[in-house]
Amino acid sequence: MTTASTLSRTELIAGLAEVLEEVAGTPADKVVPEATFDGDLDVDSLTMVEVVVACEERFDVRIPDEALEGLRTVGDAVDFISGAAK
Amino acid sequence: MRGAALLGVGSHRPAHREDNRAIAERTGSSDEWIRERSGIVTRGIAAADESTVDMAVSAGGKALAASGVDARDVGLVLLATCSMPGPLPGGSPEVAHRLGAVEAGASDIGAGCAGFTYALALAADAVRAGSAEHVLVVGSEKLTPMVDPDDRGTAFLFGDGAGAAVVGRSETDGIGRVVWAHDGGQYERLVIDGSPLRLKMDGRAIYRWATTTLPALARKACAQAGIEPSELAAFVPHQANLRITESVVKALALPDSVVVARDVVDSGNTSAASVPLALTRLVEEGSVRRGDPVLLLGFGAGLTAAGSVVRCP
Repeated sequence: MTTASTLSRTELIAGLAEVLEEVAGTPADKVVPEATFDGDLDVDSLTMVEVVVACEERFDVRIPDEALEGLRTVGDAVDFISGAAK
Repeated sequence: MRGAALLGVGSHRPAHREDNRAIAERTGSSDEWIRERSGIVTRGIAAADESTVDMAVSAGGKALAASGVDARDVGLVLLATCSMPGPLPGGSPEVAHRLGAVEAGASDIGAGCAGFTYALALAADAVRAGSAEHVLVVGSEKLTPMVDPDDRGTAFLFGDGAGAAVVGRSETDGIGRVVWAHDGGQYERLVIDGSPLRLKMDGRAIYRWATTTLPALARKACAQAGIEPSELAAFVPHQANLRITESVVKALALPDSVVVARDVVDSGNTSAASVPLALTRLVEEGSVRRGDPVLLLGFGAGLTAAGSVVRCP
């Protein structure tokens, strides 16, 4: 587990890319800030739940269900994780 | 203390089937979208004159026949359901009456989709304690009339049906000690209320709870039965959604040798009926044999969960 507050934005994106590859088989080079989960990355709402659970573990943050609606792109997720970091 | 075991199982599947096309058209989705999110291809829909009790009687009668137990020797009938037409009466007395279980006590068990596995645990304990010689446990649901036909998130998900098991005495214990749990803080995630009654579900929250909670419960149920998950002959989780099943199978690292029930594909989510429906299918298809260890794991509204390793009848 890595605490998100000590990570740079680039490191967060790289970490998220590893999570996406593990959970959804997403190629790392597609994980860029403007990529949308449901469109560009083909991550549907249930897979997104698994991504979020894996991110919580990896980055030691809490991402409530209510926040999921707002996480449309990789950049949204990175912003949320860095903002939620302890 | 004496042992309890499954003596026989049976099921009732409505004759009328409905595939994804009409539902997809009505809700603005597609067959592919429904399959990707749930694995469901078709489901049984009870006829207008086919009630929760009718289906329970049908499944219960078959379970009694399969077990060779006379209805007059049944000491208790437990009906797990959340889809009786109203709060009273419960369905179990009528089920007992119509099957001829004249000496039996009768009570309904409400634990949502986990109802059957809760009832099975209570049945096993009743037999072990000597409160009943044989217990007929039935899960029966006619949920589809309570589902909003135009709701994109739930219209495709549910189906109707019933499954049943007879529990009786055994020299060796064939029903492992139950593992049960709740997360009542999330009670609002799946409700049936309003007039007419309507089912409302926060699918994403339940998916998260299920996929993060169930693997540990499954491991604990196996540990209490003294076996590793990889040594199971079959895994029969509540047929909520194929995605939840696959996620739990992956988390448990179940090898290919473990048969995984995927009845949801053909039956949809039948709530408390899904575990006995799926188990009966595996038994009737010969996918499991007498004495094989099978993990049953119910979970759902409440939120509640219950599971145990049973030996196949």
